[in-house]
Amino acid sequence: MGHMDILMELQRNKVLESLKQGKRVSNRAFDEYRNVEVITNVSENANGSARVKLGKTDVIAGTKFGIQEPFPDTPNEGSISVGAELTPLASPLNEVGPPSTSEVELARVVDRGIRESHCIDLESLCITEGEKVLSLYVDVYAVNDDGNMFDAASMAALAALNTTRMSKVEDGAIVYGEYDGMLKLANQPLLSTTYKVGNHLLADADLGEEKAMTARFSFGGTEKGVLTAFQKGGSGSFTLEELEKSVEMGLKNAKMLRKLLKG
Amino acid sequence: MAKDAKEIKTKKTAKSEEKLWWVDSKGKRIDGRGLNDLRNIKIQAGVLPNADGSCYLEWGQNKVLVSVNGPREVLPKHQANPYKAIVRYTYRMAAFSVTERKNPRPGRRETEISKVSGEALEKAIFLERFPNTAIDIFVEVLDANAGTRIACLTAAAVAVADAGIPMRDMVSGITVGRADGKWIVDLNKHEEDAPDAVDMAVAFLPNTKDVTLLQMDGEITPEDFAALMKTAAENVEKVYELQKKALKESFENKKPEMVPGMEDFMNSTPHAEHEEHGERVSLKAKDPLSFDASDYDANENTELEENPDAEHEAFDGGKE
Repeated sequence: MGHMDILMELQRNKVLESLKQGKRVSNRAFDEYRNVEVITNVSENANGSARVKLGKTDVIAGTKFGIQEPFPDTPNEGSISVGAELTPLASPLNEVGPPSTSEVELARVVDRGIRESHCIDLESLCITEGEKVLSLYVDVYAVNDDGNMFDAASMAALAALNTTRMSKVEDGAIVYGEYDGMLKLANQPLLSTTYKVGNHLLADADLGEEKAMTARFSFGGTEKGVLTAFQKGGSGSFTLEELEKSVEMGLKNAKMLRKLLKG
Repeated sequence: MAKDAKEIKTKKTAKSEEKLWWVDSKGKRIDGRGLNDLRNIKIQAGVLPNADGSCYLEWGQNKVLVSVNGPREVLPKHQANPYKAIVRYTYRMAAFSVTERKNPRPGRRETEISKVSGEALEKAIFLERFPNTAIDIFVEVLDANAGTRIACLTAAAVAVADAGIPMRDMVSGITVGRADGKWIVDLNKHEEDAPDAVDMAVAFLPNTKDVTLLQMDGEITPEDFAALMKTAAENVEKVYELQKKALKESFENKKPEMVPGMEDFMNSTPHAEHEEHGERVSLKAKDPLSFDASDYDANENTELEENPDAEHEAFDGGKE
């Protein structure tokens, strides 16, 4: 996809030039998110599902329960796991095949944001101690990549969790198609990512800005302002002040995003 | 065979103690459809901005998304065919799209569906015009309720057309089969699970009724098979009409889409070298209906070098 690379390069130059003039190409403020659209219950077979559009970035997430043996060290706890796929739907540069490193990173960062917030009471997922527990799967699929997949994926995952119906369990097995109340979340964890482009800190980078960034910093946070997971990516670096500013910016934006997700 | 099926059914009924039924005395199916009624189908072309062509399709509860990229360079290179484009079709199901969570790793079923579906499209595409290239088609099932392979193939054909890849015909698919002794069109999940179920997936080139995909689960007689194929060929027309409608709507709404930064780049490109031939070319581009065979006879040797110019003009015209 040679021409795609050339386009990316053009976009990158445009982003940097515009920032030199103190402006983003989109004319957004540096800490401003794109329009967010949340559509819930997009898949009937999923226990919960949501499609989140962040500008032109588009992500679908769905949840599903399975049954497994508990881990030996936590015999009375269920588990959660997040999967993420950057499919060719989202970009011609995405390839079919075993998970790429970016997919694995995306999945694990979204996973940690949720897991470390302890928003899900894992003990409530226990069916028979030491024998059977429910495992909650959150699967995220990228539909269109226009940058900031991390935040979009985390929003879609949270929106899907918020609409998750508990599967009905009888005689140690899931009764598919029947539900038993809603999944309870103790808090609303969201990822916020800041992109460093030149010497600027940008919230919600679009694809061009993402190509032009030298480093990215994501953290998971709850509505109480608790930070739950960190991830720094990219070859560049952040100063301590920059990180503090990123957190401040992220928490403020996450507050606004949470309201949108709640509808 | 029918006897066996009846037996299985009685056993199953006795075990679950629930009254299972598929078609009632008035010929209505469990979802209220008549025997030959399709579920509601919604097709939307050109939905993914990053793909060359795309389609979103809802077929009853089934929801699928397709992207088409290409014709483009084949990587790895050894897969390339020097005589024609290759079609690489990937069918995937989202982990949450089915009743019990599906392992996201592609299984043998997905591999097989991918293969036959790609082959089902090949005849419809003028592959020989694009040697040494690949047309990559990726399908994700977001919600499943029987008949996903056909929903995907139907959507994929629309996406290929949406990508502007020349085709000799659409590819339109349909499932036909049997539940509880009744021949029906477009089986849903409940009907697919009937003890005597026959589930036949068929895809046609709708104008010639050439069959490009055919798969069947169940047991039927040759007579039944012939009758089923006839039913399929008749009812696939409804699918074809919806595909055409979706494409028309999509092309009516199409504007040349620019990547940020590209607009300046396009505007700054000197057009001088094209303007040399401008007059001659624009005559054609402005009135495409004026093409006739004699044009080609007269300009046989210049046709090749003319084409890129004509395309360029058409593109500029579209921008205005």
